Parts: sequence; structure tokens; C-alpha cells
Amino acid sequence: MRHIISILIENESGALSRVAGLFSARGYNIESLTVAPTEDPSLSRMTILTSGSDEVLEQITKQLNKLVDVVKVVDLSEAAHVERELMLIKVRATGKDREEMKRMADIFRGRIIDVTESTYVIELTGSSSKLDSFIAALDAGLILETVRTGVCGIGRGDRILKV
Amino acid sequence: MMISGAEIVIRCLQEEKVDCVFGYPGGSVLHIYDALFKQDQVKHILVRHEQAAVHAADAYSRSSQKVGVALVTSGPGVTNTVTGIATAYCDSIPMVVLTGQVPTQYIGQDAFQECDTVGITRPCVKHNFLVKDVKDLAVTIKKAFHIAATGRPGPVVVDIPKDITAQMCEFEYPKAVQMRSYNPVVKGHLGQIKKAVQLLQEAKRPIIYTGGGVILSDAADKLTQLARKLNFPVTNTLMGLGGYPATDRQCVGMLGMHGTFEANMAMHYADVVLAIGARFDDRVIGNPEHFSEEKRRVIHIDIDPSSISKRVKVDVPIVGNVADVLDEILKLMDGGFTAEPEVADWWKQIDEWRGRDSLRYRQSEHIMPQFVVEKLYEVTGGDAFVTSDVGQHQMFAAQYYKFDKPRRWINSGGLGTMGVGLPYGMGVLMANPDAQVACVTGEGSIQMCIQELSTCKQYGLPIKIINLNNGMLGMVRQWQEMFYSKRYSQSYVTSLPDFVKLAESYGHVGMRIEKPEDVEPALRKAFTEHKNDLVFMDFIIDPAANVFPMVAAGKGLTEMILAEDL
Repeated sequence: MRHIISILIENESGALSRVAGLFSARGYNIESLTVAPTEDPSLSRMTILTSGSDEVLEQITKQLNKLVDVVKVVDLSEAAHVERELMLIKVRATGKDREEMKRMADIFRGRIIDVTESTYVIELTGSSSKLDSFIAALDAGLILETVRTGVCGIGRGDRILKV
Repeated sequence: MMISGAEIVIRCLQEEKVDCVFGYPGGSVLHIYDALFKQDQVKHILVRHEQAAVHAADAYSRSSQKVGVALVTSGPGVTNTVTGIATAYCDSIPMVVLTGQVPTQYIGQDAFQECDTVGITRPCVKHNFLVKDVKDLAVTIKKAFHIAATGRPGPVVVDIPKDITAQMCEFEYPKAVQMRSYNPVVKGHLGQIKKAVQLLQEAKRPIIYTGGGVILSDAADKLTQLARKLNFPVTNTLMGLGGYPATDRQCVGMLGMHGTFEANMAMHYADVVLAIGARFDDRVIGNPEHFSEEKRRVIHIDIDPSSISKRVKVDVPIVGNVADVLDEILKLMDGGFTAEPEVADWWKQIDEWRGRDSLRYRQSEHIMPQFVVEKLYEVTGGDAFVTSDVGQHQMFAAQYYKFDKPRRWINSGGLGTMGVGLPYGMGVLMANPDAQVACVTGEGSIQMCIQELSTCKQYGLPIKIINLNNGMLGMVRQWQEMFYSKRYSQSYVTSLPDFVKLAESYGHVGMRIEKPEDVEPALRKAFTEHKNDLVFMDFIIDPAANVFPMVAAGKGLTEMILAEDL
């Protein structure tokens, strides 16, 4: 099962390696991991996309809570939430492909944020599956480079992760 | 008044009432050693290898209610401590390890004796710190002691760069620490506790299964009260020995891979298991699928939520400090909940299993290792602190020395570290100066930290070393005999030293005992005439002796191999 774990953690050096080390030491999956300071710079918010059985997920949240630097852990996928991922994709844009690329970016509500004679950089935000679909929709030979942030997510409505 | 970082370290130790530190000096900790020199409140024990410093600090904790402290230098000083830290971590032993680090401006430049201490120790500590500012030093050390000793205890490393120990700062030791990210649970959930009491009342075939958590939480008396009140059988894990008096009728002995027949059968066929501070590990329940074939309801009290439902599904989880939760249970049982379950039939069954006498061993013209431990028990009146290493001798000590008190059995249960026995003895004696201490070991294990004979001489630590010498790595040999068609690959120890001469060369007393009739007199002599000496007793034992009962790896608890089967 796919799960999105959100973690509030003390913004201290080494905090990331404690979390990453826990996952590798116990054999848990990390499909993506994103981290940045919150509005309170002493705290970082980390989002981990992982997968596993209910038992494994229970262990993951328990083990994360055990880390001394971790303030709070929540499994976002347990209830209503929104999730987004951002991708920057550099494509070849020459000849008839130049117009086609622009159209595709429009269809997926992407934005072209860098233009050269032969390339575009398209910025695309959405669910991970939307980003996957965009990649699938393009001619693979025209994709020069992609970079994705990994999933970040937030609970809907009154579901708030805060100290 | 401004004092140096090094002096702050020592003042912190004094504030924590640390009376002794195990350590080894080196470049990065010279300022700290200088500050240590200028005072006499904190004693320093100079070991011969950093690994032993950490083992000794670990045993200091295990055998008392205090936090052990080790102090080592950067680089190799730190890497040598890793085995000891991991050993303490696996058994949840509170400990603070202070490590020197190269000066701040050199970190990351591959300086002499530099290593990434925080990185190397991270997977085997409860937490670790790198101090980057002298102003944080005192509060970091305070946090280290707090984290080590609270919640599920464990080792904490504080890495201190050399320049920090030279800088001057005002010293103020915080009275308490507040950490928003660390607030371990103490009290158990009352609703869950009520459910547990209800379940205990309904039990027909109950068992109380206890581990190291009972010892760590100093809850042995409460456990005994509860068990007596309920008239339930009690089994201990290797780490839990002494949590309930082994000589009591209700004690069915240790369970698990080398547990008694009655303990394993009772655990497997129980309808209600009350697990207290134990974690259903692979050496305890064997194959989890086999274990789950039998229907039972499990109550699990543990301070660490991640230990609950990790390997065995739990029906009534109670997260909390064992002593506090047992208090609540006892209170509930006094007020209205009169638990007097009908367990007479169950006891009849258990006594029948007990009648198999699964710890009976064959007689031999050679010295049997079990016999040595039995005699050790008699000679010490069952009141010694027994440290051990890892292997057959460890199991013999666990099976045949009947521990009636907690914190008397000092061994590496989780990590299974060979070489701990002798430094453990040192730590026990520093915490309990007048105690009788026996180190039950083998010729393989003892050689892993043998250099500490020198430390023992320097500080006059009269450990009685019971070397069960079969010239073999006994447990490896036993597995090779049973599961590898007697291909004894690398389990035969040749070129052994003359242990008597070796002991004597360090200024200790050495004895070599080869006949069964000499066992008891030798032990008596060691514990009376040589009360104040370290005595190395080299017992030449039957090389074919094996540990039984045995649940082979991957087998179920009831699939024991008994000595009588062979």
C-alpha cells in the first residue's frame, strides 16, 4: 500500500540522516523524500512516500516517533489530504515539435519557464500520476532531462500537523 | 565565573553524581583529562582498550540504578567503542559516552584521528550529539543523561571537539530539560489496564512472561507481588533472569532457544500471556508462524510502543513504564477486581512437564560445565553477581545459576557480544565494591578482552573468572555437530595460552582444575582464601557437553531437542 508520511522534526544537522538511516536499517521503502524548514525555522517538515503492509506502516510510524528529534508523525493517507509534486522537464523543441511541446504543456497546465532556440523547460505541478502521464504523453526521444521534487502533502480542512 | 569547556564536562559529571568514569586518554580529550586530574570527585578507571571502557560502563549501569559513563578520544578511540555501544543499545542500557573530536575547524578535513562519530554511532545509539558551541555543552550533557535514563533507556553519545573544551564559558547546570520532541510515556492507559485485569481473571492457562524491562524498571518486587496474588507461572527471558526469584515454585525457568521444557510448553499452550518488558524475539518464541498456530490472548506491557505487535500480534497493548503499570494493576486488583482464576489444572499440567527434569545432564569422568555452575551457585550462596560472555557457558550460567534477585545476571543478551564478561565484572565491582563477582566464560570469549586483566590488577578488582575450557568455540561446535554433519569448521581453538601462567604474569592467582572432585574445593578457595584476589580458574571441561533443551533455529517452541532424546 502507498502511504504518505509527514514528519515534523527538529531542524538540526543530521536529522535527515537519522530518518534515512532508520529506513535503510529496517528495510523500509522510500519512494520519495522531501524536506525543508517550516514557517518556524527551528522545525523541518519531511514528507516520505513509502509502501508496505499495515504491520510495516505501523512499525514505520512507531519507529519514527521513537527518534529523539522527531516531534510529530502522521500518515496523511489515512484520511482526506491533498498531495502535489513538482517536475521540471527539459525537452527538445525544434521544428514542428516546438509547437507540439507548447500544446502539450498547455493541455497539462504546465508552464514553459525557460526557452532557448532548441529547448524548453516546462514546469508541471500535480499528483505524481499526472506527472507520470505527462512523461508518457511525450515522445521519449524528445525528453532531455527531468527532475522531480517528490511528493509533498497536507491534510484537508481541520487536519493540521503543528506543534 | 568563566571556566573552560573541559571543566564544564567534569562539573556536569559531578552534578550528575557520577562517581566513576571508564576511559582512555588521547589527543582530543587531553583538556578533559587535565580537568579530571585537578579534582577527585569523579574517579577514572583506565582500561586497556576502549571497548572495555564501554562494556564496564554498561555493566556499571546494569548492576546498579545509575548511568554508566565512558570517556574516549576521537577516531580509533571512538571506533573501538562501537561494539560496546551497540551491545548496550540492544539491551536498552542507559549509558553516556563522551567522545573527543578534532577541533571544529578541522572537522571534515580528514584530520589526524578524525572520524564521523555521530555518523558511525547513529544506528546503535538512542541519540547522539555533536557539540558545536561551548555555550551548549552543559545543556547537551544534561540532555544526554536525561535521554539515556528515561523512556526505553539506551546509550547516548556526546561528541566534543577539542577547541570547545578549551573555550571559556559561564557554567550553569540546568535543573531539568524540556524537549518538545522527547516526552516518553510513563503511565499506562487505564482503560487498557482494566481490560488486562479482566483478561487475567478469565485465564485458565495463564503465563507471565517477563524480560529485561522488569529489571530496568526496578519492578521485580511488584512483579513478585502480582504473580503471587494471581498464582500464575512465571517465565523469564535471558535478559529477565532475576526479575522473579528463580527458586520460587511459580518460576518455571527461562524460556526460548535454551529454555526449560516446562517454560516453553507453558508459553506455547497458554491461553493468556501477560508479557512484561519483553519483546517476543526470535530466540524466545522461535518460529513466529509455529507460535501463532495456538490461539491465545496476549497482554503486552512495554515502554516502547514499537516493541508491541512487532513480531506477535497483541490483544491488549499497554504502553508505559513497567513499574507504574504493575502498580496500577495491583491497585485495581485490591479494589474490587478479585482475580482468583481457576488455574489448578494448569498447574497440574505444568508440574507434569516439570517432571521431565529437562535440565538433567549426563554424568562424565570429565568436569561437566553444568556441574561447575551448580557448584558456583552453592559456594556463593546464590548471591553473586554473575557476568558472562557469549556461547555455551553463557547458557549454562543462565540455566544453572538460580537468580533470585534482579541486576545480578549481567550478560549481552541482544547483541550477543563475546568478550564482555571480564569488563562487565569490572563495571559491577565499581558500582558494588563489596560484591562477589564471578565471570563465567570460555576460552574463546575470555581472549577477546583478556588485556583487562591488567586493569583489574591496577584497581584491585577481585573478579573470579570461571573459564569453562573445552578447547572449542562450544556453541559453534554444537551447531556444527547437530546441523553441519560434524564438520567442525574453525571452531577448534588451538595454541591456547597457559591461563594459569597468564593470570600469574598479570599478578593474579591462577588455578587449573581438571577433575570433578576438585571443582568445589577450588571454588571455595577462590571465594574465601583469595577473596580479595582476582582468581583465574581454568576448568578443563568435557569437550562434548552440549546445551539442552534446544529449539533449533526456525523451529517452534514445542519442538525442543532434549538431552534425554540423544
